[in-house]
Amino acid sequence: MDIKDIVKEENLVYTKTKLMTDNILSYCPGCGHGTAHRIIMEVVDELGMQEDTIGVAPVGCSVLAYEFMNIDMIQAAHGRAPAVATGVKRTMPEKFVFTYQGDGDLAAIGTAETIHACNRGENITIFFINNGIYGMTGGQMAPTTLPGMRTSTSPYGRDLPSMGNPLKITELIAQLPGTYFVTRHAVHTPAAVRKAKRAIRKAIELQKENKGVTFVEIVSNCNSGWKMAPVKSNEWMVENMFPYYPMGDIKVDGELVEKK
Amino acid sequence: MGELKLMKGNEAIAEAAIREGVDAYFGYPITPQSEVIEYLMMERPEERTGMAVLQAESELAAINMVYGAASVGKKVFSSSSSPGMSLYQEGISYLAGAELPCVLANIVRGGPGLGTIQPSQADYFQSVKGGGHGDYKLLTLAPASVQEMADFIELGFEIAFKYRNPVMILSDGMIGQMMEKVELKDQKPRWTAEEIKELNGTWAAIGKPEHRERNIITSLDLDSAKQEKHNHHLQSKYRQMEEEEVRYELFDTEDAEYLIVAYGSSARIAQKTIFLARQKGIKVGLLRPITLYPFPKKPLAELARQMKGILSVEMSAGQMIEDIKLSVGCDIKVEHFGRYGGIIHSPDEVLEALEQKIIGG
Repeated sequence: MDIKDIVKEENLVYTKTKLMTDNILSYCPGCGHGTAHRIIMEVVDELGMQEDTIGVAPVGCSVLAYEFMNIDMIQAAHGRAPAVATGVKRTMPEKFVFTYQGDGDLAAIGTAETIHACNRGENITIFFINNGIYGMTGGQMAPTTLPGMRTSTSPYGRDLPSMGNPLKITELIAQLPGTYFVTRHAVHTPAAVRKAKRAIRKAIELQKENKGVTFVEIVSNCNSGWKMAPVKSNEWMVENMFPYYPMGDIKVDGELVEKK
Repeated sequence: MGELKLMKGNEAIAEAAIREGVDAYFGYPITPQSEVIEYLMMERPEERTGMAVLQAESELAAINMVYGAASVGKKVFSSSSSPGMSLYQEGISYLAGAELPCVLANIVRGGPGLGTIQPSQADYFQSVKGGGHGDYKLLTLAPASVQEMADFIELGFEIAFKYRNPVMILSDGMIGQMMEKVELKDQKPRWTAEEIKELNGTWAAIGKPEHRERNIITSLDLDSAKQEKHNHHLQSKYRQMEEEEVRYELFDTEDAEYLIVAYGSSARIAQKTIFLARQKGIKVGLLRPITLYPFPKKPLAELARQMKGILSVEMSAGQMIEDIKLSVGCDIKVEHFGRYGGIIHSPDEVLEALEQKIIGG
């Protein structure tokens, strides 16, 4: 049955983008990954770039992104997506090449690859989903886990003297001359989704200018890992994650944004 | 005849890669193979052929850059030496699992650990038996000269793309560092985008046109039944390699009563041993495996029938000897000799070992 058989064309205001496959999402209901996938693919579709796009998704909840994004994709080892994307972009510079990475992947095991790809100014786009936890493996502490936050490997809360501080990797890579556009968003409300989508579009369009890494962090919930209902997890995210990881542009046109 | 040059093994393999029309080299400095990337940087291959050369931040990054370029159907080459090659193993397992072609070279030095920068053949197991996690094989080529360092680039890419599997050139610090005359092939053009689409378009992630299925590069399957099926497919490729890709060389074996089996540098040394032995009236020959995986099991087993004993000579504590024993069974004496930890055995030492362990033993 086609959607046109159910909804009359004049009433149709919303459909799934054709750049998402019909495979059932493996993400937990309420998780931000599905929305993030969708708006990235919407932008690729709107720009008519399906054939020009190569995606890289490493280990983490989004390791199966290739099941959902209707483009050619490469599954990468844990932490190594920026190196894999470097290998792609250096040999196919005409393509739009992106990575889609979680916080454990990008800011722990892959820190070296992240920093050096950013420092070389690879002409790639990095989408960074930060939910402060390892979702795929069952809710362990991540480099971005907040102080005092309980996870399965910090069951009494993240203890800063013994476990270290949450790593603000996005602020860190924004310091590097090889990054051109660095911004942080969320996808928990329609308004946030619209803003995030605009940032994603900008990051994708800027890659064509070959000015270095464009980097979009999306602070997201992990309702399963945080052990909260979806709505509650979004409220918790706004109250706790946003103060530590504030929304907005961090670097624009190669210049750090002045904080008021 | 192609252009003749006097070159180090490391330089010859780099020059051969440019002339092969390789699209990219990614590497990280480590002795005794740093001349590979130094030569490439000096030669400006991006101007000669458009080949990309990048010094990565680590071996982990380098092998994953290889994975990226291989994923889009390009010819990609990388080299390292033993401790660095250990760091490559995760990536090599992924390359084999995702069925990606590439050519890698290990200019082996003595280990374990940081070991020494002197030549060794102690990475045989790592290269021939897998190295990383999971059931996979690398087709392993063992050059015994600077000429073969150059020649195995072309052969390596031919095999790598035939099977969509990484190929390892297992060399050592002696062949990497020594200078010999080498005949270089003429420059081949790099594949065009159209050629890559035609040759590798059924699998490479080069961008999905609206009306073809997605090309996905992955080694993951959470469904164990599918993963087992994938493993069966990989194993069938290795069986085919064992049928079609065995390469070896015989030296003075026609009338031989004793056999030395040696590859790479040790095979060169063994040739001198055979010369010395035959001056003393000892009838000894050499089987030099050129492919270490697949190992020349059948020719060795046939040859063993005419022999009174076999000496396995390698610069290790004895690794290839296991494959020799598996090939020839228990009816013939097989012994190992080799100096290791960076020491190179002399032809006299090999002769002494032959006389004591095989002839006199």
